[in-house]
This record gives sequence, structure tokens and C-alpha cells, in this order.
Amino acid sequence: MSDKVDVVVIGAGLAGLAAAYHLADAGIETIVVERGDFPGSKNVTGGRLYLHPVRPFFPSDFWNDAPFERAVVKEKLTVLADRASASLEFSSDKFRDEPRHSFTVLRAKFDQWLADQASAKGALIISKNKVDDLIYDGGRVVGVKATDSELLCDCVVVADGALSFLAEKAKMRAARAPRDYAVGVKEIIELPARTIEDRFGVGAGEGAAQLFFGAITAGMLGGGFLYTNRESISLGMVVSIEALAHHEPHIETPELMETLKARAEIAPLIDGGNLVEYSAHVIPEGGIRALPQLVGDGILLAGDAAGLGLNMGITVRGMDFALASGALAARAIKDALSHPERNAVESKEGAQSQDSPLPAASLAAYTQSLRDCFVLKDLQTFAAMPNVLDNARMYTKYPEAIVNILEKMFWIGREPKDKLSATVLREAVKGFGNLDAVRDVVGMLRV
Amino acid sequence: MSANVKSKLGVNAYKVDPESHIVINHDVCKTQCQLKFCAWVCPARVYTLEADGLIHIEHDGCLECGTCVIACRSDALTWRYPKAGQGVQYRFG
Repeated sequence: MSDKVDVVVIGAGLAGLAAAYHLADAGIETIVVERGDFPGSKNVTGGRLYLHPVRPFFPSDFWNDAPFERAVVKEKLTVLADRASASLEFSSDKFRDEPRHSFTVLRAKFDQWLADQASAKGALIISKNKVDDLIYDGGRVVGVKATDSELLCDCVVVADGALSFLAEKAKMRAARAPRDYAVGVKEIIELPARTIEDRFGVGAGEGAAQLFFGAITAGMLGGGFLYTNRESISLGMVVSIEALAHHEPHIETPELMETLKARAEIAPLIDGGNLVEYSAHVIPEGGIRALPQLVGDGILLAGDAAGLGLNMGITVRGMDFALASGALAARAIKDALSHPERNAVESKEGAQSQDSPLPAASLAAYTQSLRDCFVLKDLQTFAAMPNVLDNARMYTKYPEAIVNILEKMFWIGREPKDKLSATVLREAVKGFGNLDAVRDVVGMLRV
Repeated sequence: MSANVKSKLGVNAYKVDPESHIVINHDVCKTQCQLKFCAWVCPARVYTLEADGLIHIEHDGCLECGTCVIACRSDALTWRYPKAGQGVQYRFG
């Protein structure tokens, strides 16, 4: 037998749970269906959550009890050549200002907490239950087929993650192109809190974030990341699937992780640590160009399922987009359900029409609200980013050129030294004085 | 080097479904796919290209990332999420 609710949310990740929280808060009957044993058990982040973009979508005290790992107060960017590296470390008191700028996160814990917040508002979260298909009536989505049952509803929120088999089934996005996705692999390495604070030079409860570019990806679009958690380090690599598939000679994805860990810049940071988890996840990196259709009759997409991720090289975002898109999806559904026209029709046609799915036109406000806020604005602003980053020179020639300049500056040999200005100029011309580099700089000006 | 993928997967929590959620059509794989991307893009080394030219699958270590299904350019690979409550159980994520 089929049951009927107002909204079914597919996937208890950040987008789905943010939607469920707000829907339930508005008194809308909401069921979240999650394939894992518990919310978060199938979810992976790098990761760090930038909170400022999403604060307007939640009550001001909402995040006070959230199980964050560490507040990031130190940002480090490391460019790796074959046998040398250059780092830029940035710290600012602004990162210590309340409310905090960003936190490191582990999803198994964090998503359970967010699910509890949604449950407290009245959303029903059903774990260990997988949605295999959508139910249609005259081309409109009217429900979902889950493992044990069929659920009918006025609207389905598809938040089933980057692979989104259901967006595919609903024909809302094109076939997945390898160039639009990256694969991330990550190790969780346990270390005592005090060791982490000493190694990264941060205070109790404070953390660091570090990104790595260059030789570690052998010219492929991607890089390494490190985030400090309370009592562990998240260390990983992200590489374009297109680049990985076509790289010669073939590099096995697990080897990338080993290359990273063997680097002299990283090995001491994880020394003595204990591997407690090895995970992998794909990331949407196609940007605005690869955006799927976000709304259909009785259905909308949110979070990774909607392709909402942004790799800007020095910042990598997705979780803030997921939370905001979930909240905005809820708002659009709430407005559509309570629209006077819909209610007028319902009162005219009686109880029958209460089963009618929300037409795409009534959900169009969702797409517009994403365009009006940081989500699609940032994706639009950085539309050229995927092309700029997809350039082997970024990961091979330029890191070498940068460390060559620094090496010549810092090295004291037997010979008398040249003037610093002459050295820097000579090495800079050697590394960057060519047409490709000029072209790349012009390309970078577009972002 | 890759030998230690197995020991890495060993620290993860899994609820293994004896029935594989990954199916390869070997006829299509062998005749239509010259590329065999799956053999090196998978973070868990689920796929191994054997001497007989067939791809061998060990689905129980799958991390459910879906890199294989994005990389595969033939119709040989059928990849679904494992049944509800099965597969990898991330305790950190």
C-alpha cells in the first residue's frame, strides 16, 4: 500500500536534511529516506564548512551545539615541485572573531546531529531504506519507490548526492561526463589533540587547513588537502576523473595518496598517527556549465545532486551550497504549497486535488532564489575556473618556476652571489617569460 | 605499493552483501572497451585486469564513490548503490 505525505526527501546529507529541517519547521509533513544505516554513514567531506554563507538560512543560535571539529584559524597553501616546495601561510584574527568563519567537519557525526535537528522539528527520517525509482503520473513526479514501500507526495526533493541516479532517471541532467567530476580520496589519521595543536601551531580547539598543488598530481587537474579535526587529521587528494582516466603512464588512484603521504612536507605531520578510515567520494566540478535542470513537475534537485560544488583552487566549497540549496528548496515548496491559487483550486475541486504534485512553474522560485544568492552567483562568477585549473602547466611548470626562484634566493654556495633583483628577474623570465604563461595569466584574469 | 590498499580497506567498517552491486558484461567489456579505465581509476582497486583480458571484481571493498561508472565509456558496467543498509559504513566521513 502507498502512503501519502507532503514531501519526500531523498538522501540524508546536508541538502536533504536542511530541506527537511525547514519543511518540518513550516509544519509540512516530511519524510527523509536514507540508504545508509544512519544519516552520514554514506557521506564524505574533505572537509571544511564555511559558515558565513549559510548563517542567514538558519536561526542565529543554530550552530552553537553543532559537533564541529575545529575552528580554522590558519590557512596554508603549498606549491610542490619534484623535490622542493613553497608555502604561503595566512592567519588572521578575523578567523578568531565570533561567529566563526569556518569549521572542519566529519560527516558521520555532523549529519547525525543535523538529522536530530530536523527530527526535533517533526521530520521523519527513515534510514536503511533506498529509493530506487520515482513514481510518475502523467509525466509528473508523484512519489518514490523505496525498498519497503511506495510513498506518494506533492513534491520530491532529490538530494541523493553527486552521482544522483534519481536526477538521471528523471532526465533532469545529461549523462555524466568525466570532465565534470573529480574523485576525492581521504584518510582519517588519528593523533592526540595536543600533538595536532603542537604540529600546526594552533590553540586548543583551533585548527588549520592546508591545500597542496603541483608535482603530486603529475600534471593532472587536482591537488591535496589537509584538515585538522579534534583528534585526527583528514588528509586526501582530489583529481579530475577525466585527467586520471587519460594520464600516461596510468596512475592508480590509491598511489596518489601514497605519493602525497611520502612527501617530506607531509610525512612529519602525520608521523605516529593511526589510520582509522579510508574513504572516497566524487565531487561535481563542472560548475555552472554542467548545471542540471533544477526543477520539474513535483520534483527539485539540491546539493551535490544539483551539481552545486565550486573548486576555486584556493577554496573548495560544496557543503555551504548544499545547506543553502536545501533551505531554499524548502522555502520554494512551502510557498508553492500555500499559494492562494493552489488552495483556491483545492477548495473548488475538493480533497482530490490535494494529491496533485506541485507544478514546475510553482517551484521555479527555487531556481530564481539560487540565482539571487551566493549559490549560483558564485558559480557564475567563477564560470571560467574549471578551464583555468585544467592546465597541466599549473601543476608542473609553474611550481618548478616558483621554487627555482626561491631556491636561487635562499641558496648560499661557494660562488659570489648575483644581485637578488637580477636573480629573480632571470629565473622569472625563464619560468614565466613565454607565450603560454602570458596566455595563462590572461586566462586567470577572467576569474 | 597498491598491496596496502587492502590493509587500508581493512580498517573500514563494511556490511558486505554477498550479491555484488557491480556487474560487468564481459562480452561488451572484452570486445568493445579498449580502455579499461576502471582498472586504475578505482580508489579501492575493486577492478583487476586479469591475464585473460577479463576484468575481475571484488565488490566487497567498494567505497561507493562511483568513479568507475563515470570513467567507463562502454556499456559494460552496471553499477548501483548496494542494497539499503549494506556496503561501506563510514564512521568518520
